[in-house]
Amino acid sequence: MSTTAASSQLGSSQVRPAERVGFGHLMLAEWTKIRSVRSTLWSLAIFVVATLLLTWLFTWLTVHALQTGRAPRRTADLVTDPVTFILQTGLGFGQLAICVLGALTMTTEYSTGVIRASLLAVPKRLPVLAAKCVVFASLIFVIAEIVSFVSFFIGKAVVHPVVDVSLSQPDVTRAVIGAGLYLTVLSLFALAIGSLIRHSAGAIATVIGLVLVVGGLLNLLDNYDWGRHVHDWFPPVAGGYITRIVPATDQVLSPWQGFAVFCGWTALLLIGGAYLLKRRDA
Amino acid sequence: MIEVRDLTKKFGTTLAVDHLSFSVQPGRVTGFLGPNGAGKSTTMRIILGLDHPTSGSATINGKPYADLPSPLRTVGALLEAKSVHTGRSARNHLLFLAQTQGLPSSRVDAMLDLVGLRPVANKRAGTFSLGMSQRLGVAAAMLGDPQILLLDEPVNGLDPEGVLWIRNLMKHLASEGKTVLVSSHLMNEMAVTADHIVVIGRGRLLADAPTEEVIARESGQSVRVRTPDPVRLTELITANGGHAVAAAPTENGNGDQAPMLTVTGLPAARVGELAASALVVLHELTPQLASLEEAFLELTSDSLEFGHMESEPDGAQPASERRRPESAQTTDGSIR
Repeated sequence: MSTTAASSQLGSSQVRPAERVGFGHLMLAEWTKIRSVRSTLWSLAIFVVATLLLTWLFTWLTVHALQTGRAPRRTADLVTDPVTFILQTGLGFGQLAICVLGALTMTTEYSTGVIRASLLAVPKRLPVLAAKCVVFASLIFVIAEIVSFVSFFIGKAVVHPVVDVSLSQPDVTRAVIGAGLYLTVLSLFALAIGSLIRHSAGAIATVIGLVLVVGGLLNLLDNYDWGRHVHDWFPPVAGGYITRIVPATDQVLSPWQGFAVFCGWTALLLIGGAYLLKRRDA
Repeated sequence: MIEVRDLTKKFGTTLAVDHLSFSVQPGRVTGFLGPNGAGKSTTMRIILGLDHPTSGSATINGKPYADLPSPLRTVGALLEAKSVHTGRSARNHLLFLAQTQGLPSSRVDAMLDLVGLRPVANKRAGTFSLGMSQRLGVAAAMLGDPQILLLDEPVNGLDPEGVLWIRNLMKHLASEGKTVLVSSHLMNEMAVTADHIVVIGRGRLLADAPTEEVIARESGQSVRVRTPDPVRLTELITANGGHAVAAAPTENGNGDQAPMLTVTGLPAARVGELAASALVVLHELTPQLASLEEAFLELTSDSLEFGHMESEPDGAQPASERRRPESAQTTDGSIR
């Protein structure tokens, strides 16, 4: 604390030699940021637990309903496209945790002011966003793929008495891997909206509104030919097609086309976020 | 070295920084003074590349901040606004900053020791007191062992021990040949810390000179005199090369209603001798001590943000406002 102590510690021995800041350094820094806040751990824990638990619960309830002859309408889904049913029940809820985490990863930089420290360290600004996207998406990719596969195997075991599913059936592996890919892009979609809106509550409400509410409302347009296109080109809807085996009624895009549309929207939003990050006063 | 050239920043229609030019030299502490809202923080944020200037430039060793290859190794900054995630520990905050510059984690521990935060290094920064937060900010600024330091109101919220610590740290760094720019609205703090001061008001340069010079020039040497015969005394003072003006007729503690004069150009002793020789009665004779506080108030009296600004459209500045920057230039020919 004394100045004498200071003078010895200020010695530059630990600081040199100076090296240029590389992208690897920035990714390491973003990893430190992501792992050192509680919201990451909590969001991911909720994602994993809620997804697996709800996948089990909904498939079990539906299988039970089928076996006891209670729910003829829903059983149709489970029998005709069991993989889609398994992947869209638990993950349909779990994805909300990913949306929240994606938005928060960006907005907390602004709400806490740490963006200023980040930009002082990296005044070119765009590398901060790029490193954050790469590190965050990689983390979500790994966890989401694991959760997708575990969900699938839980569902497979539960639906076994009614219908047989396996990864060797056509398109099933694509759908299961695709569910993890969808969640990865969704996390970047949420992060991009966070970078545009900058306020936690606003960004979270926007992302969840788009994923849960607007996609559902656009179903109402399906009676019109143009309406189906509008519905299918809506990012979360398009992205979700990669988890389907049997196409949805009136589905216009193929699974990979839908995924490409989702990626395109996400890229556009990220470019918008990057532009504003560069332009705005921090 | 920091160079600010013809810097202007507008927020909408508000002019925060107005054609400001000054430079900050290494090897001394430069105080950056101005009333609240004068544009100090904005200027520092532009120097640091956080805000974009409307026109003009600010450079560090001849380069814009954004072009520095490893900025934290060149410039350390402590901003007034918080810039720490409340949920992240002090160590992790410093660690991610160190990682962006390729600095080893041993440097993080050294800085935690330097500012005395080692015992609470793993606590969340949101639990820190204002003083602890300031120490964490200093640690972040010192992380890359920079040659240039910008500190925005660093003693805010610090206890006396902390104030003394910051003061000594700044002096020590300057003595090592580093460039130190420290902003404050506390004049007395700068009087004991800064070797050189830059004063701004409403975004304009008011003074850029060594500290003693600003004190001497702006507060002058004046003497306050209370006498029942101001006319006679004024004649005597004027005849002897001094200058006397009627001061506001304030009562002193004893209820004395006698008029008061402010005398410049003559020392208090000489005023007393003149009065005695002419048998003029004096009730009070007080040499006015120069302080940076007074010098500052004198300099910025025309440029307070919340005085009369609203009533004046841009470009219609009062005459006194236009006069100020010129008076600031007289001592230091290097300005503009």
